[in-house]
Formats: sequence, C-alpha cells, structure tokens
Amino acid sequence: MATESRDITEATETDRELTMSRAMVEAIAWEMRENEEVFYMGEDVADYGGIFSSTTGLLDEFGRDRVMDVPISETAFLGAAVGAAQAGMRPIAELMFVDFFGVAMDQIYNNMAKNTYMSGGSFSVPMVLTTAVGGTYNDAGQHSQTLYGTFAHLPGMKVVVPSTAYDAKGLMHSAIRDDDPVVYMFHKRLMGLGWMPSPTGPKTPVPEEDYTIPFGEADIKRHGNDVTVVTLGLHVHRSLEAASQLEDDGIDAEVIDLRTLVPLDTETVLDSVRKTGKLLVVDEDYQSFGVTGEIIARAAEGALDDLSAVKRLAIPDVPIPYARSLEDEVNPSTDKIAAAIRELHE
Amino acid sequence: MYEQMVTARYYEERLQEEYLVGKQPAFDISAGPIPGELHLAAGHESSGAGVCIHLRDDDTVTAPHRPHHIAIAKGVDLKKMTAEIFGRETGLCRGKGGHMHLFDPDVNFACSGIIAQGCPPAVGAAMAAKKRNTDSVAVAFLGEGAIDQGGFLESLNLAAVQDLPVVFVIEDNDWAISMPKDRVTDVEDGSRRAQGFDMPGERVDSDDAVAVYEAAEKAIMRARDGNGPSLIEVQVHRRMGHFMGDAEAYRPEADIERAKQRDSIERLADDLRAHGVSDDDLDEIRERAHERVDEAIAWAKEQPEPDPSEAYENVFTNPPAQTATDGGSEGGEQ
Ligand SMILES: Cc1ncc(C[n+]2csc(CCOP(=O)(O)OP(=O)(O)O)c2C)c(N)n1
Repeated sequence: MATESRDITEATETDRELTMSRAMVEAIAWEMRENEEVFYMGEDVADYGGIFSSTTGLLDEFGRDRVMDVPISETAFLGAAVGAAQAGMRPIAELMFVDFFGVAMDQIYNNMAKNTYMSGGSFSVPMVLTTAVGGTYNDAGQHSQTLYGTFAHLPGMKVVVPSTAYDAKGLMHSAIRDDDPVVYMFHKRLMGLGWMPSPTGPKTPVPEEDYTIPFGEADIKRHGNDVTVVTLGLHVHRSLEAASQLEDDGIDAEVIDLRTLVPLDTETVLDSVRKTGKLLVVDEDYQSFGVTGEIIARAAEGALDDLSAVKRLAIPDVPIPYARSLEDEVNPSTDKIAAAIRELHE
Repeated sequence: MYEQMVTARYYEERLQEEYLVGKQPAFDISAGPIPGELHLAAGHESSGAGVCIHLRDDDTVTAPHRPHHIAIAKGVDLKKMTAEIFGRETGLCRGKGGHMHLFDPDVNFACSGIIAQGCPPAVGAAMAAKKRNTDSVAVAFLGEGAIDQGGFLESLNLAAVQDLPVVFVIEDNDWAISMPKDRVTDVEDGSRRAQGFDMPGERVDSDDAVAVYEAAEKAIMRARDGNGPSLIEVQVHRRMGHFMGDAEAYRPEADIERAKQRDSIERLADDLRAHGVSDDDLDEIRERAHERVDEAIAWAKEQPEPDPSEAYENVFTNPPAQTATDGGSEGGEQ
C-alpha cells in the first residue's frame, strides 16, 4: 500500500488550478453525468450550493430531483440515504457540519456502518456522507470539531480527509464508486471560500478528466530525513509551513498526509519512521483515544526499535472554545508544530 | 414590550456594524473584533418580547442560534452578554461560548447552536419545576425549520404525556437559511403539529406583538396552573441574511421588501399612539434603549481577551487529578 510521493505538477500535467471546493464538485458532477443513480441531498445544497460550496452549480445542471434540499431532519435523510443505497442507488448525503452528527448518529453508525457486516455481506451500502469539519474561525464548541477519530473508531465506514484540490477530486471519484459507505470530511478552511480564506497549499492543478485516488495510500507531501510528521486535513499545510521554516536551521522534516483514515496506510508511516527515527503526529481532533494515539501505537507495533522520540499535538481534550485567544491556544499552530519538530530533532 | 423590542432591534443593528469592522471590503469571517458566525434577529422582536414579558427570572428559556432578542427580553445581563459575543474574559461564559451559546443562570437562560437542541432541556426544566411543586415554567424557542427535527417532536410528546409546564414557541421567519418553508413541509401552519400530541396549538399569523402577547399569556398561564404544555407558532420575518455574510442570492428581492414592510415595531408604535402614547414618549423609550445598547457595546469592547490558560478551565466542575504527562490538560506544553 505504500506510495511514492506524488509530485502534483508532474503527475497531472495541467496548469489548471482549482480550489478544493471546485475540484470536489467537479468529481460529483462527473459521476452524476455518468450514473443516473447518483444523487445529492442535504440542507441548502440546491439553491445555496452548499454552505461551504460543496455543491455549487449542481442544481443548475441536474435539477431538483437529483440535487435535493431536504428538511432539517438528519435522522430521516441520512437514514434514507442508507435505504436508497441498500436499494442499489448511490446517494451522497451531506451533514452540514460534522458536529451535527449527534442528532443522527444512530443511522450513521448502527445502520450505515454496520448493515453490510450484520447482513453477512448480503447488503452493501454504497453511499457517501459528505461533511464539513474543522475550526480556526472561532465558531465555538458545536461548530468547530473534526471528529476524525470518532468516525474512524467505529468499524464499517471508510473515512476520507482530502487536503488539496487534486486529492479532493480523486478521492471523491473513489468515494462515489466505492461499494461501501464513505465518510468524506472536507475542512472548511481548505475549500477556497471567498469568506474564509484558505492557506496557499490546497489550491492545486487538477486534471480535467476523471481519476481515482485509491483509499489507503498516504501521500508524502514533503520528503525529509530528520523527523516524520504524520498529519491530515488543514494541518498538512500547517506542518508543511513549519517544515519549510525549519529548513534554514538544517532540520529536514518529512510530512505525510494520511488522506484516508480508514483504511490507514501504516506502511508509509513505518517506512518513514524507520528512516527518521522520530515521529510527530499532528491532529485537529481531540488528543485522547484518537488519531494521534492510533498512529503512535502502529508505529510502536511496527517499528519500535527504530523509534527514538515521539510527540503528538492535538486538541488537548477540551471542547473548542470561542474566543480567539482560547481557540488559538488549543488548535495546533504552525509555531507549535515547528517547536515540536525542533524538540524532537534535538 | 416596546422598549425590549427597540432595544433588540438597535442591538442587532449595532452588532452588525461592529461585526463588519475588519471584515471589509472582502468579507472574511475570521477577521475583526467579533469572532465566529453571527445570526442576527432583526424582525424577530415581537416573539421574544411578547412571550418573555410573562416570564419571571425563575422561569427557564432555551433559545436557538438566533438568540439575542430573546435574551434581551428575558433580562439577560446586556453588558456581559455583549462581552461574550466579543469573546471577552468578563463575558457571560468567559469567552468560551460566544453568540450562539449564551448561558445566564441568574435568569435561567440558555441558547445553543444545533437545531431543536434546546427543546429537551426545556422539558427537563419543566420536569424539575413539576417535581419540586413550584409554579415556574419553561419556554423553548425554535425556528420553523427546526420543527422537522426529532428532538422537537420527541419533546412535544414527552411534555404532553407528563403534563409538563412547558411552552414551545416556533418563530416562523419563512426561511431556514435558503430553504423556504414549503420546500420542507406540507403543513403550512406549524402549530397544527400540536394536534398530534393532543396539546393546544395556536398560530399568530401576523408580525403583531400584541397578538403574541395574548397567545403567550394563555399558554404560559395554562402551564403555570399545572395544565400542561402548549405550542405557539409566531409569524416573524428576517430582515437580514441568515448569518452575517450571507448574500441571500437565493431570496427574491420582493420577499425581502415584503418582509421589511411587516415591521412589528412600527406596528406596535402605531398601536401605542392609538392608545394615547405620545411620540415624545416613544422617542424617549427609544433613546433610553439606544443608550443602554451603546453603553453595553462600549463596555464590552474595553474588556480583556481571556488568557490562553483559561482554555483548560471548566471542562469539569470537579476536575479530576491530572494523569496526562504531555500537556493533556495543562497549557504550557501544548
Ligand atoms: C441538527 C442541525 N442541522 C443543521 C444545522 C444548521 N443550521 C443552522 S440554522 C439552520 C436553519 C434554521 O432555520 P430555522 O429553524 O427556521 O431558524 P432561522 O435560522 O430561520 O431563525 C440550519 C439548517 C444545525 N445547526 N443543526
């Protein structure tokens, strides 16, 4: 499963740069054109085009039957997506913010995630649950979580977290074509929204044609020999920035973007750790019982002898606070990542 | 009532100004002095004022993501509330909650950001009142878009079967972000949902504070007298976007214009004039309200930001002894 680093500009041979939102929508539109059975439902996905521009333009092309605004009844429409998927369609259902999972979690983790297994494989649930994640704009504890670990913890869901436009498109094609339920978590800060400026990294060249990115292939976004940084989502970009800040000091960090949590590309992480001996895991989810612990456990299981130092940065087990000074304190910043890499390097 | 309404309207207008500071010319949600999203309630005033005027401090109110007019009418401390909206240390929630999550135990007010989330806790407050044999009541406010949520429908049933002193108030502003009511329900009159639970339901069809006052009085007295829950739907309107920064591209211009013409504050002023209240008196009320709002905003802006170490406080009332080794809960290391 290990993958070679993907030099995006070379691999795609295109100069056409898209925002992550445009890239994601392009894949959805392509699949909807190809397959009548694909449809999209959610709140404000029709005329509004998705609060975070996840469906911009789809209503115009496909009409209300295939791009459906639905009542604020997540239990009903996420559960309906499960039923439609079991009937053989390929629904995409949007949970506006991942934080709202609570009102519909039963449908998500008792139906969507388990029906394949509990039916002994006689049913498949080929649906995509799209959802916006992440903080950094001070929206407080009910609108700023990522909950990566929560979804990855519960068996039966594939969990995808793109960090660039190129990855967003390829992962969306894969998600829609996959016969299993896929939770596709897009970070608001990476979508390229006019009103929530993105860092420079997520806007990348994106090929016009369709392509898939296989699940379970992490991407080495920066090669380095000194310290391995494993991360995902927004923190790929913060980690890359931290790594480039450290270049001048002669610290050469490798940055691995997991891209999918389920399945998880353990091999790429182990190969890197064997090379550097030092591991930092950076996550925008809660620290305990989550992604950081899982990555470190796998590194310990697979490469204990090669490890000389380990560290993690995540949300320190507090709900996400509202005030800027407080959210900045708990959400791992570029500076904190740089300091942690430096510390590991010493 | 009039004073509460003009306070609420002016508050939203002033907050809009303050919110846009630093976020212009290109709107950037994470810039400027006020953090996060901001859902303003201009056009909703009749509902907050007409209902809360019947309430005492020991009555509980839960409000949704568009809470300011209700908080003001319930008597939430305006200065501390404003400081909270600015994310300051002396805010109601020490900067942890923000505009969608205001908590004021002095007047038993809370609001929250997830649809219909306040309904079950209002039922719980009513349960507590009933068990303790007090005559306090609870009121849960929610939008018309929220009445398709399980948490609301389950709450109606629980309140009804236990005859709890709770009143549900639906604020119908015609829109749930970009979704008009008829796209998400076939039942135009939301108060009819009460019938399915065998409780009284009434719709106040116009943006009319006096009519809200009357309907709320009936429902709240019924609850206070131990006769169980009621449901009221109030027609209000949305004078601004769903949240600040919402360009409302989905909303016909004519709808915005029509909404603005249904100004419940003007309507109440006319009623008051018809009852002999002079323009001078109305002006005086308005001036007093404006002064109070300006003072609260000025005070809030002078308040300090919370110290970063505050982020680790209040996770628990009785914090467990620390076991984490690497900054799991204490600031320094993180
Ligand atoms: C469970 C849940 N789903 C979706 C949302 C996102 N959301 C916030 S406000 C809103 C529309 C609410 O409309 P309505 O209840 O009519 O209140 P209004 O905003 O019009 O005052 C939506 C969908 C949410 N906060 N919680």
